[in-house]
Amino acid sequence: MSPAIIEFHNVVKSFGKQRVLDDVSVSFESGKTTVIAGGSGQGKSVTLKLILGLLSPDAGEILVNGRDIIRMKQRELNKIREKFGVLFQGSALLDSMTVFENVALPLKERTKYKGQEITQRVRQMLAQFNLEDHEDKFPAQLSGGMKKRVGLARALMLQPDIMLFDEPTTGLDPQITMDIYRLFFKSQKQFGYTSIIVSHDIPKVFNLADQVVLLNKGKMVTFSSPEDIPLSSDPQIVSFATETMGHIYSSRKMEHNI
Amino acid sequence: MISFITKLGDSFLYMVRDLGRMGLFLFSALLAIFSRPFRFRETVRQIRIIGANSFAVIFFISIFTGMVLGLQGYYTLRKFGSEGMLGSAVALSLIRELGPVLTALMVTGRAGSAMCAEIGIMRNSEQIDALECMVISPFRYLITPKFLATIISLPILTQFFNVIGIAGGYLAGVVLLGVNPGAFYNGIVQSVVNQDINLGIVKSFVFALLVVWICTGRGYFVHILRNAGFGAEGVSRATTQAVVLSSIAVLIWDYLITAIML
Repeated sequence: MSPAIIEFHNVVKSFGKQRVLDDVSVSFESGKTTVIAGGSGQGKSVTLKLILGLLSPDAGEILVNGRDIIRMKQRELNKIREKFGVLFQGSALLDSMTVFENVALPLKERTKYKGQEITQRVRQMLAQFNLEDHEDKFPAQLSGGMKKRVGLARALMLQPDIMLFDEPTTGLDPQITMDIYRLFFKSQKQFGYTSIIVSHDIPKVFNLADQVVLLNKGKMVTFSSPEDIPLSSDPQIVSFATETMGHIYSSRKMEHNI
Repeated sequence: MISFITKLGDSFLYMVRDLGRMGLFLFSALLAIFSRPFRFRETVRQIRIIGANSFAVIFFISIFTGMVLGLQGYYTLRKFGSEGMLGSAVALSLIRELGPVLTALMVTGRAGSAMCAEIGIMRNSEQIDALECMVISPFRYLITPKFLATIISLPILTQFFNVIGIAGGYLAGVVLLGVNPGAFYNGIVQSVVNQDINLGIVKSFVFALLVVWICTGRGYFVHILRNAGFGAEGVSRATTQAVVLSSIAVLIWDYLITAIML
């Protein structure tokens, strides 16, 4: 088992009267891909925002590399955030900037690289994501899949240790969805990042997972592999697996077991 | 009755929290002005958007304000046989009151609403979250250039308003109604003193800070504004709130500054 890179200890988060996370304790392993799955409004994106320190929990601890990010000063939190890359649900590209400017932004703002060096690095990254012909376009001129690719290119520009994906394939057609997953495999192999993927693209997204965290009614349940989900003793989880994956589990490993 | 008291208390607590949030926002924005690197190019771009692009509207508002002042002033002063004081009346009204106030209200409507909507849309589409995740301060990157640009532009626009307004007053009073041009000019020179100009300048700086603070702040906190809703409707309500609050704040502070400096 790999060491935990992110840990939640008894985390509670509520919005008004709705308790989104209820005494959640979970850990995300270093170098692995964890998929957080669950229905809409169950707190998947909230979990990512808590990891990033964009939201604070009402109670509990969130540790990144063993350090509690809740009680940290902004400067220290920024140091932690430098380790992260994020692909947002709507890509969150700055809409007044071109594709090139968006991808160049982290280099311009966070490194000492200048003009020609930035251009070279950005063009190299854009070529890897087949975006070299679109560098002068604005986000409004791009398709959903292209926006995701630009978002991913921007997130990977500074080679983060941990990548967070918030619904990376929502609203995309099946072919583009597969393209995004292929890009995920390719980029993870190249950059070697730990990844946490929030998605309800079940069961397809489980093909990416080393570890699965199911989120239901404020509670998180961890499975060391997707194949373990239908074998759970919890009837609610079995019901979730049946509804989302079908009666016959479709992974190869499971088929062999049967 | 208990429910009414609960609602009242809830509203009061919300107001205190909102004031606290806005206070911290102002503090962070002002602090970011002094942090490096300075975004010179973006600040110049914002000066063009907030300042230079407002010249046309300020020109029309100021010339007609000056003309109305000339016209009304002429008919009022004529009753007392003091048409010669028209230049003084027009210049003092503009420099001390109307110039700073009307310029601030115009900038609120034209640029303040745009700033609020721009930042609100960025907040709702997670662009501000993305900046924070990239460890790029939204204050330094987004808010500070707007603060600096407004604080630089509004006083300049106010002086432009005053000059064009006085020219409008001259046009109505001297050219159209036949007041003696020497008396008009002499009235200005005799009555306008440094204190009047200083009052106008102080007002324009304070109004600039109020307008940019309220407009950018409402946009920045669009996601937690009470009754603001989400998405386009939320941005629209935040923008309306920003314009209304800025206008009220400008008028309240106009009175306060006048009372203090007179």
